[in-house]
Amino acid sequence: MNGLFANENGRFSPRLSLRLRYGRLFQLLSLAAVTLGLIVLSVLILDIILDGYKWLRPEFFSQFPSRFPEKSGLRSALQGSLWMISLTALMAFPIGVGAAIYLEEYASDNWLTRFIEINIANLAGVPSIIYGLLGLGLFVRGLELGRSVLAGSMTMALLVLPILIVSGREAIRAVPQSLRHASLALGATKWQTIQNHVLPYAMPGILTGTILAMSRAIGETAPLITIGALTYIRFDLKGPLDLFTVLPIQIFNWVSLPKAEFQQLAAAGIIVLLAVLLSLNALAIVLRNKLQIRW
Amino acid sequence: MLQNHEIALSVNNLNVYYGGFHALEDISLEIPARQITAIIGPSGCGKSTFLRCFNRMNDLVPSARVQGQVLFYGQNIYDPKINPVEVRRHIGMVFQKPNPFPKSIYENVAYGARINGYKGDMDELVERSLRAAALWDEVKDNLKKSALALSGGQQQRLCIARAIAVEPQVILMDEPASALDPIATLKIEELMQELKKDYTIVIVTHNMQQAARASDYTAMMMLSKEGSRAGTVIEYDRTDAIFTRPKDKRTEDYVTGRFG
Repeated sequence: MNGLFANENGRFSPRLSLRLRYGRLFQLLSLAAVTLGLIVLSVLILDIILDGYKWLRPEFFSQFPSRFPEKSGLRSALQGSLWMISLTALMAFPIGVGAAIYLEEYASDNWLTRFIEINIANLAGVPSIIYGLLGLGLFVRGLELGRSVLAGSMTMALLVLPILIVSGREAIRAVPQSLRHASLALGATKWQTIQNHVLPYAMPGILTGTILAMSRAIGETAPLITIGALTYIRFDLKGPLDLFTVLPIQIFNWVSLPKAEFQQLAAAGIIVLLAVLLSLNALAIVLRNKLQIRW
Repeated sequence: MLQNHEIALSVNNLNVYYGGFHALEDISLEIPARQITAIIGPSGCGKSTFLRCFNRMNDLVPSARVQGQVLFYGQNIYDPKINPVEVRRHIGMVFQKPNPFPKSIYENVAYGARINGYKGDMDELVERSLRAAALWDEVKDNLKKSALALSGGQQQRLCIARAIAVEPQVILMDEPASALDPIATLKIEELMQELKKDYTIVIVTHNMQQAARASDYTAMMMLSKEGSRAGTVIEYDRTDAIFTRPKDKRTEDYVTGRFG
């Protein structure tokens, strides 16, 4: 094949048009993959919105679940999810950040540290139902907390801890070493350096990780079913030792009922859950963009 | 050669190891007070490692081991009863790349004083330090502005102001101008001449002209012998002597640009 240029000498066969066509083909395949994913997602969301939107009225949020669809609501599930997420954050955040600080700033690099690191990474991949079984044995029965929102939150805290520790470590590692040195060279102690520099500069990343971990916790169902969270609660949640239910369990319950109206209630519940999750993720993104420090 | 000077730092038989690696071999020299001492030498001969011995920054490397003495006005800073945190307030450091804290200009300067329990007027200290670092006129109306908004040269002078604010006797500079353009470099060099009235300055530099222009004394470092990776000081003298009549053939080759 003769090229445009005079020095094409026949010792190469570039087949340029064929190579370019392969490139375009791959571009199209990638576009198709993206489109397919988006279409499936949109159809799902659209279907749910069409099913559930007319049940999204004020009573839906203020009523307890009921045998009658029109008297059913998310009140107890919302309370449960709110309580659980707060207690989980309260327990998991300090432990997670503390562990991340220890591993990044204090732990020496030896086999024990590496063993702990590998296992934390592994824990992040353990199926959530295993955490449910652990919670059932340890908190519900062992500590005799019963099927309370506290036992549920402790289980959930265990579940999100690996995520929190891993994201916390990444945020801490992203703080340039030169700033630690700058602080130490001024006569700051190690703790002053961590407290005044490392933690504040890592905080946007840590918060983003925490919010993402919380959005994971708010959508989890399996471990809470395992520890025996109820599906049908007609009283307000008043303290950490009360019985509880959460949004995904309430949805799961409605889906399993035969009446068509309950299916629509489930769809409405899913809309609420999705809205909560999306706002949490949006908050994480806003925080990351607003507080991020560009070195 | 140093008979007319007070001695700020005195290094005796200093050896540094990183694990099994011998990094610095048997260095002994004296650093005169309120003078500028340059450390020059080819890459990888341990200039920065040597500089970091003076404020115990090598302690941050877990495998590092320092043998020998560094006397700071007679007190061995490697004495077991001396905490490195205390050493670093008296012997400040300016790093190769400007590393201001991502805080306001004011906070950058005030930080060291604050953590060390400064009891005086903080506003006055910040102004005095910024003036001493020849930065005050450029930033006096914007002290609340983020330090990251400054230019590289301004950032480096801010780092010098930050180091001065804790009132050290010695300022260590690790190639402070290597990331800066020639004009910013010149400003730092002029600043050093001002600072040496009050501070002892030890500067590591790759830039031979800088050493010749800006320093009073020069220590020439090199790997101790063929095949070894341990650095040592092969010649130490007045800067004009090092650059005009070096005694060691290797120094002569290096400063005349024949190698390195």
